[in-house]
Amino acid sequence: MSSDVVIAGIGQTPVEEHWKSSLRELALSAIQAAEADAGGLRPQVLFVGNMLAPQLSRQAHLGALIADFCGLVGIEAFTLEASGASGAAALRAGYMAVASEQADVALVVGVEKSSDMVGAAVDEALATAGDSDHESVQGLTPSGQAALLMRRYIYEYDVERAAFAGFPLIAHANGAGNPNAMYRKAIKPELYANASLISDPLNIFDAAPAADGAAALILTRPGLLPPNFPNRLVRIAGSSMATDTLALHDRPNPLDFKAIRQSIERACEKARITPLQVDFFELFDAYSIYAALTLEAAGYAERGQAWKLAQNDAAPAALSLQGALPISTMGGLKARGNPGGATGVYQAVEAALQLRCQAGANQLPNPRRALIQALGGPAASVVTHVLEAMD
Amino acid sequence: MEISRHWRLRKQRYGLMGEICPHCEAKLFPPRDICPECGGEAKTLYQFSGKGEVYSYTTIYEPPAGYEENAPYTVALVKLDEGPIVTAQLTDLGEEQVQIGTPVEMVTRRLRQDGDERGMIIYGYKFRPVGLGPH
Repeated sequence: MSSDVVIAGIGQTPVEEHWKSSLRELALSAIQAAEADAGGLRPQVLFVGNMLAPQLSRQAHLGALIADFCGLVGIEAFTLEASGASGAAALRAGYMAVASEQADVALVVGVEKSSDMVGAAVDEALATAGDSDHESVQGLTPSGQAALLMRRYIYEYDVERAAFAGFPLIAHANGAGNPNAMYRKAIKPELYANASLISDPLNIFDAAPAADGAAALILTRPGLLPPNFPNRLVRIAGSSMATDTLALHDRPNPLDFKAIRQSIERACEKARITPLQVDFFELFDAYSIYAALTLEAAGYAERGQAWKLAQNDAAPAALSLQGALPISTMGGLKARGNPGGATGVYQAVEAALQLRCQAGANQLPNPRRALIQALGGPAASVVTHVLEAMD
Repeated sequence: MEISRHWRLRKQRYGLMGEICPHCEAKLFPPRDICPECGGEAKTLYQFSGKGEVYSYTTIYEPPAGYEENAPYTVALVKLDEGPIVTAQLTDLGEEQVQIGTPVEMVTRRLRQDGDERGMIIYGYKFRPVGLGPH
């Protein structure tokens, strides 16, 4: 019998290139904000979500490092790594610790420091998320994987490359209202059409920018909250993780992100809802093609059709803030930025802001339920959570 | 230097040596020892023909460290005649425009060189369009 787990505190740093801050300083900044928000709850466990610190920062062993630097020496602390889903995996670890009553209060921090290296060194580090012996050795990068899928999608479903523009347009429009976003400016379709290629047919607006950032959450059970807790309570109603083959080439149909479907089904089953009963979806738009494949695997669109949900025609797009299923409500990975192992925690912080009705210019009208999902690689790891407002 | 690591993979890298499942006859490349089709143990070697066609492809303009010299280069998913898909660079393209469905065959080429002139050179499979004659 597991208990309700609630989000007692949230914190985040702006997502950008933090030239003046180190990995540990970014983590401290987000943790202090979450601790202040939680009204003084003290954690017994710390779960760190990080993807690439051993390569990008030449620093492993982040549990002890961050506990030490944040004045928490003595507590249980370690890192969870699942590539781009690392932060979400740390959240799931925190959820399990509190739900199982192994801990009363868990601190979850996602942190990534990408900008200490640049160019080919970063791409080399990112490529370690693929199959080293059979993908990365051929010079394939995560952007290359997305490009292979995008070209096959265009071929199989006979769509225009411009069809993908809707996803970055929505993300950038939403990023404009998020003070912590890396890009806070809407873009026009012409900018997408003329953008330079990273890995054809994928252009720079199809790919979220790597960035630095840290986000933190404090989790507990409702009975342990400080008296007069001021915020609307948000509980974790469902949590799940699923895997697919590590290498894209080992899948019978690479365009079927099967683990997304499995992970959403499991999370929704635990939350006793269907995927249609959520008010918004923080999906993993590291690439615009991943947003399309996610919506199709989740059942929100037929195969080859998801891009249509992102088109602003006569009415606002279904996926915009005014639509039936808003996505990337604070800019998503594309406009908020993609701070690697921190991204899954940012998604939870942003969804909590929406559910608390603290999302400022981007506030949805009194949302009750959020689906959030982070991917490692091309959905080789998928972590999904359902968050729910409790009153 | 990761000599033993690349040495271990020499049969698959140079000869496209995979496996066939003795239980359900699924052909496996890269070799993986447990059949993903039936879950049985699959350690029987199987020689792939090296023939296939392009399933998808892309040109990489932002290469990772170790691949800068060749950039831009083309990486494909190649569907082998025997069924599996393999990730590999396309080579010897010349003026020819690759498309999804282009028939290709395996050749051995340099994949990367580690570090300076004293660094290890790693060879392995790439694929080229069929009908280009001897290399």
